[in-house]
Amino acid sequence: MLPISIRRMTKAWSVGVLVFLYAPLILVVVNAFNSSKTFAFPPSGFTLRWWSDAWSSSGMWRSLGNSVIVGLCATAIALVLGTMAAFAVQRYRFFGRQTISFLVVLPITLPGIVTGIALNATFTSALGVTLGLATVIIGHATFCVVIVFNNTQARLRRLGPRLEDASADLGASGWQTFRYVTFPMMRGAIIAGAILAFALSFDEIVVTTFTAGPTVQTLPIWIFGNLFRPNQAPVINVVAATLTLVAVIPVWLAQRFGGDPATTRV
Amino acid sequence: MAWLVIVYLGSLAVLLVSALWSTDTFTGALVRTFTADNIVRVVTDTVFRAATLRTIGVALAVTVICIALAVPLALYMAKVASPRVRLALVVAVTTPLWASYLVKAYAWRMLLSGQGPLAWVAGYTPGYGLVATVLTLAYLWLPYMVIPVFAAFERVPNTLIDASSDLGASGWATLRTVMAPLVFPGIAAGSIFTFSLSMGDYIAVTIVGGKTQMLGNIIYGQLVTANNQPLAAALSLIPLVAIVGYLLAMRRTGALENI
Repeated sequence: MLPISIRRMTKAWSVGVLVFLYAPLILVVVNAFNSSKTFAFPPSGFTLRWWSDAWSSSGMWRSLGNSVIVGLCATAIALVLGTMAAFAVQRYRFFGRQTISFLVVLPITLPGIVTGIALNATFTSALGVTLGLATVIIGHATFCVVIVFNNTQARLRRLGPRLEDASADLGASGWQTFRYVTFPMMRGAIIAGAILAFALSFDEIVVTTFTAGPTVQTLPIWIFGNLFRPNQAPVINVVAATLTLVAVIPVWLAQRFGGDPATTRV
Repeated sequence: MAWLVIVYLGSLAVLLVSALWSTDTFTGALVRTFTADNIVRVVTDTVFRAATLRTIGVALAVTVICIALAVPLALYMAKVASPRVRLALVVAVTTPLWASYLVKAYAWRMLLSGQGPLAWVAGYTPGYGLVATVLTLAYLWLPYMVIPVFAAFERVPNTLIDASSDLGASGWATLRTVMAPLVFPGIAAGSIFTFSLSMGDYIAVTIVGGKTQMLGNIIYGQLVTANNQPLAAALSLIPLVAIVGYLLAMRRTGALENI
């Protein structure tokens, strides 16, 4: 038991940090209803006009569509490759198995700009591919694979091979074991990994900048492109507020399916 | 796995190789002959050196702020709060991570603007610049620090704390001599995220940094504006080296197992 003084101090500090974390987010939501076009505070009035403006913005819808396509494709690729890789590392011994756990940390810790330039150099000067939606998908899939891999592998390590051995002893084929024993136990981790992969891809801007070329825009690229245009500010405010409110969905989903609440994000 | 090796490591290899190429000064086309010119320029140019030092300084400042904010919070979550409050706090700390990165940086642009809320409440705002950049980055990466530190605090057995106070240690002494060494790997793990994410960032700087130039901006400028891909590749070796160095240093503390 810690002394009361420390308990009180950490509590007060925690309240302060929570305010620090949430004040900017609340501000974003409030500003979407601000009738003034600038950041001037306090808001000069309440309006819903910007919401209808945003609704009829064709650039926003087009980039949103691209974001969804990229997110879904990258997540699908990542699910297949990440899960298979996790099984391979966890259940079989092979040459170089130890290095892999160090390797998979790299794409998460290396800055997006390094990954972005590396991919850009590969696509343009080494392979000679035209940048477009496909290159964005490959770029996103690269870090999504790591996310799915980490989630799946952590769960596999915790489960251990005993239940699978038992299933094999009872006469199940390899496929039956996977279908009725392994997969049901893995489902939570795989879904959590998929949600996270999609969310990261949906929010990604740096790797996208370097792999998209000039014609393709995802939602973050579109927002970034319009961020410094005073005319577009109200529409951006609305999109920002929506994205902030929508952030609750993955938390809810992760809690519903993941079992391991919220911490899946880190 | 093959995907990761081929696409990712292959790309990194291309990056390393292209850092040794040059561009034709007249046409701007890539010249694929090996030269160490870019590397030499990156190491000797004063502008690049200033930006490198500034970026490392920002990354360290962000890391220190995140540690200062996260440690008491994590201690409260792990050792003081009731289980219900603890779960609520874990959700509260991680939820902002799902909100868009751009939106959060944009929120700070609003918050710090001349007639913005901060100026209205406090009558003062640091404006857009180095301070704003550090604040925004600390805000963006804070949850990445809180979670590993929280996990580390949670692993400290309560019996150790009781034993320490039974033996007559004050609360502070317990914190310093019993808990701090056990929690340190968690802090190191968190610092890997805050440090490396800050090292490569250029979006937040563009949004709230005013005229501040970080390495990321310069790399981006070389690639997109100056169209000098080899130099950009050579420049991006700096954060690469800094982060791999940091990872190796932190590996000795056992931080990598805590990620």
